[in-house]
Amino acid sequence: MSNATLKELSDRLAAGACSSVELAQDYINKINGLGKSLGCFITVDAERSLAQAKAADARRAAGNAGPLTGVPLAHKDIFCAEGWLTTCASRMLSNFVSPYDAHVVELCNAAGMVTLGKTNMDEFAMGSSNETSFFGPVRNPWNPDTVPGGSSGGSAAAVAARLAPAATGTDTGGSIRQPAALTGICGLKPTYGLVSRYGMIAFASSLDQAGPMARTAEDLGLLLNVMAGHDPRDSTSLERPAEDYNRSLAQPLKGLRIGLPREFFADGLSPDVRCAVDEAVAEYRKLGATVVDISLPNMELSVPVYYVLAPAEASSNLSRFDGVRYGHRAAEYTDLMDMYKRSRAEGFGAEVKRRILIGTYVLSHGYYDAYYIRAQKLRRLIARDFVEAFRQCDVIMGPTSPTTAFRLGEKSADPVQMYLSDIYTIAVNLAGLPGMSIPCGFDGGGLPVGLQIIGNYFDEARMLNAAHQYQLATDWHTKAPAVGQG
Amino acid sequence: MKWEVVIGLETHAQLSTVSKIFSGASTAFGAEPNTQACGVDIALPGVLPVLNTGAVERAIRFGLAVGAKINSPSIFARKNYFYPDLPKGYQISQYELPIVEGGTITIQVGDTEKTVRLTRAHLEEDAGKSLHEDFHGRTGIDLNRAGTPLLEIVSEPDMRSAEEAVAYARALHTLVRWIDVCDGNMQEGSFRCDANVSVRPAGSEKLGTRREIKNLNSFRFLQQAIEYEVRWQIGELEDGRAIQQATVLFDPDTGETRMMRTKEDAHDYRYFPDPDLLPLEVTAERIAVVRSVMPELPQAMKSRFVDEYKLPDYDAALLTASKETASYFEETTRITFDAAKVLLGIAGKEPVLSGVAKLAANWLIGEIASRLNSGGIELADSPIKPGQLAKLLARILDQTLSSKMAREVFDAMWAGEGDADAIIAAKGLKQISDSGEIEKIVDQVLAANTQQVADFRAGKEKAFNSLVGQVMKASRGKANPQQVNDILRRRLAG
Amino acid sequence: MITYTASIFNGFFTLAMAIQLDDVRRAAHLARIAVDDAEAGAALAQLTRVFGLIEQMRAVDVSGIEPMAHAQDLMLRLRADEVTETNRRERFQAVAPEVESGLYLVPKVIE
Repeated sequence: MSNATLKELSDRLAAGACSSVELAQDYINKINGLGKSLGCFITVDAERSLAQAKAADARRAAGNAGPLTGVPLAHKDIFCAEGWLTTCASRMLSNFVSPYDAHVVELCNAAGMVTLGKTNMDEFAMGSSNETSFFGPVRNPWNPDTVPGGSSGGSAAAVAARLAPAATGTDTGGSIRQPAALTGICGLKPTYGLVSRYGMIAFASSLDQAGPMARTAEDLGLLLNVMAGHDPRDSTSLERPAEDYNRSLAQPLKGLRIGLPREFFADGLSPDVRCAVDEAVAEYRKLGATVVDISLPNMELSVPVYYVLAPAEASSNLSRFDGVRYGHRAAEYTDLMDMYKRSRAEGFGAEVKRRILIGTYVLSHGYYDAYYIRAQKLRRLIARDFVEAFRQCDVIMGPTSPTTAFRLGEKSADPVQMYLSDIYTIAVNLAGLPGMSIPCGFDGGGLPVGLQIIGNYFDEARMLNAAHQYQLATDWHTKAPAVGQG
Repeated sequence: MKWEVVIGLETHAQLSTVSKIFSGASTAFGAEPNTQACGVDIALPGVLPVLNTGAVERAIRFGLAVGAKINSPSIFARKNYFYPDLPKGYQISQYELPIVEGGTITIQVGDTEKTVRLTRAHLEEDAGKSLHEDFHGRTGIDLNRAGTPLLEIVSEPDMRSAEEAVAYARALHTLVRWIDVCDGNMQEGSFRCDANVSVRPAGSEKLGTRREIKNLNSFRFLQQAIEYEVRWQIGELEDGRAIQQATVLFDPDTGETRMMRTKEDAHDYRYFPDPDLLPLEVTAERIAVVRSVMPELPQAMKSRFVDEYKLPDYDAALLTASKETASYFEETTRITFDAAKVLLGIAGKEPVLSGVAKLAANWLIGEIASRLNSGGIELADSPIKPGQLAKLLARILDQTLSSKMAREVFDAMWAGEGDADAIIAAKGLKQISDSGEIEKIVDQVLAANTQQVADFRAGKEKAFNSLVGQVMKASRGKANPQQVNDILRRRLAG
Repeated sequence: MITYTASIFNGFFTLAMAIQLDDVRRAAHLARIAVDDAEAGAALAQLTRVFGLIEQMRAVDVSGIEPMAHAQDLMLRLRADEVTETNRRERFQAVAPEVESGLYLVPKVIE
């Protein structure tokens, strides 16, 4: 049963083939077994989950069920969920039980979805390998010696290992798409502002965007239909009429213009990834799409720009973690200054501290113009490149990540190597565009490769259409790692 | 050496919204600690700011009132620093593009009017409060005030004395209450000033090094703190020591300023645009709406009082010190004038507006003000309302009451004994203005005081006053003193 | 202190503002993070690498470009001036490290 997609579970519940409580219990059993060895979850609370499942069954019995009522999902531990430990994978929040729900959690609850638990992640979403979590790394279900990517590594691994049919994630520089690629699942980062950031613990506010992670494009649309929507509590949440993101799934791809940015296929791309992406593009041609050679000339600068802007915003966003009102406070200290410094030194891990230092430095007196303002100017150039590109094409495609999953510890010694693993995803966040990753093959070692699809603003339905048609023609998305089978 | 004092003020006016600038928590003063601090105010992980339109509206109103430019867009920025009463570790403020830029405030010191230029006024959030007592050597943090909207109004260094600084602060205080953007309650901290003070040799163009006196929450402290600071700085310079830029606190107990101990470490606020808040747009339509409901401003009203009522500048200034005083005055004048028209009309006479206004001004600045003062009462709570005062003043104008009698009636009115006419009737206070009756009394007095009559005729002017006194006494104070004077002169001349 | 040195990164020369140990200590102080000498030294080595990457930004002429602070080209939406929140002190303070009489307690602050 746990091999079913969101759509299939929805249909089974509707047909009365199973109950929500049975489903939840089934997944929780797997989470407590395989989930533990993979390190996918930080918090599991069976009692809460089953209570929600019971309420969902009652709702269905009362005839008030929506399409996802009773369907379970996992939430990245960056989302505040009332009564749930919400840690952001940090020692700083290791004792923080949230007194409120994030908008995303509210919406999922209102749809009758059942929370299976809170998934592991890179601490405060800062990382590309899920190795910065205070609660230990997540292992890639395809090969436990490799990373699942990050920062939504727990969500990605859980979905890949069939521990949850879907999960929420957040993406600041690739944190949904890159782990989706590395674990062979689908992940979508919507247009900035489509999903409310309220209750999602901020990393870099102008880049952060939540989105769905699941096994098929159709499932992404189903979950996005729940997650998206205006929220007056987030000043950057967009006021747009509700839409069905799956409305165009069935549309044929004939005439679809696919832009291939030559910068995505330059040095640094592993041959296996390149091969899989080329084959995917060939498949799209077969489906009637045309291919356009395009250029994103400033894309190379997206990594340096991102590593100025994101740490700058983060250094300020993380100042609230001071040990005064919640979170970790050092056991011993001499005075207020010492309390701050020790609490924060103990509460944050190395990568978080590194980024706070970078951010503090680039914002400090005398450096602001040279780093921060310059980076914001380049951000505009990078965004303009996309505007230009979308004059020539409908969607942009390329690799999600330059390599497949790397070994645990392989890049943790050198932050720059780690940062460069997001080279193809970061520009999308800087521009505020929607981007997604879908599985498109495997490397020589049997590790999954992700195809990235980038759409124009608010073009999620078209991207999902493109992904869905590909998934009708191929079966990469149905492949499960050995540990997730059965 | 002769020194010139240079002062600029930064004033924090709490805006009178019902909810906070970025959250829906109440701004009411005096609640139990942390009961009005919502998730946004205590900076829970994941919460976000949403700007209160009421704060924006008030900032625009202020900007228009001081003739400033309203910037559109203006930008919210984060000012980063750690302090336990600052929950986010940054204050949301405006830095590079404030909502209000420029403008002026006119002040009056003695007989001279002066214009103080404003640099800017920007929106920001207040911090919470640190309570240092009673927690066994620890500090308690109350975040009820955190997130209260503030308008920080920054002046140019245009003031040259403590008096000018106080006059500026008072004018600003009057204005913000006048246009209903701030309740002006200084005890509750709704209006507080930081003063940047420096001195330089007279005639020098270069500004001296300034020290900033923080958190002055009364005009008296403002005056005392600046005076002390100026003396101290001059003393230092004359002793050959340079002034170091510093932030100081004023201690009202000692009357001295002292360096702050906590905020001494070099600040680097790392301002940057708040990514949670998009640029704030203020459309021309919005400005027009705010302008259309703007009340007549104190400076304009003061000029009008001088023109329309022929009042002296001094009176006009006092009457426009608050909107309540001004409207009390105008209402009293209007009702008195209308009543006097009827009363004097019987005798075929007409009241003169300027005379009525001056009478109303005198009573308001005199009797009413001193009673309110001694009783610690607000004008709004005065037991005598404009309509009631007008009835009294009308009886002065129609000569029913002498000013002495009017004061007696006023006392009774203040004590709640009824309106002017009822008291006049009850106390039999009606002035005798019938000349036949007064003549009778005068004749009796002259007959009984032949010696004084003789003295007067012999050239002793003092004897006249004594005779006036005798007549007034004989009339039990009710005779119209002017008529007594006239009749007595006529009789003695005859 | 800023020193200008030529550094090589990704095959081309850039003019780099080399970050110094004092910069690391100062940033750590501003950010209220305790660092000992070993940590500061290790952080310096890694930040030097990161700033090597960041210095690539200098390769592009950005004159005349408007900084982009937000992913959307929109103006701020405002909320009505209404009280919408109720007292939730107990719930909020349940997770606080130290409270007394409804106040959050911290080491003595001396002004």
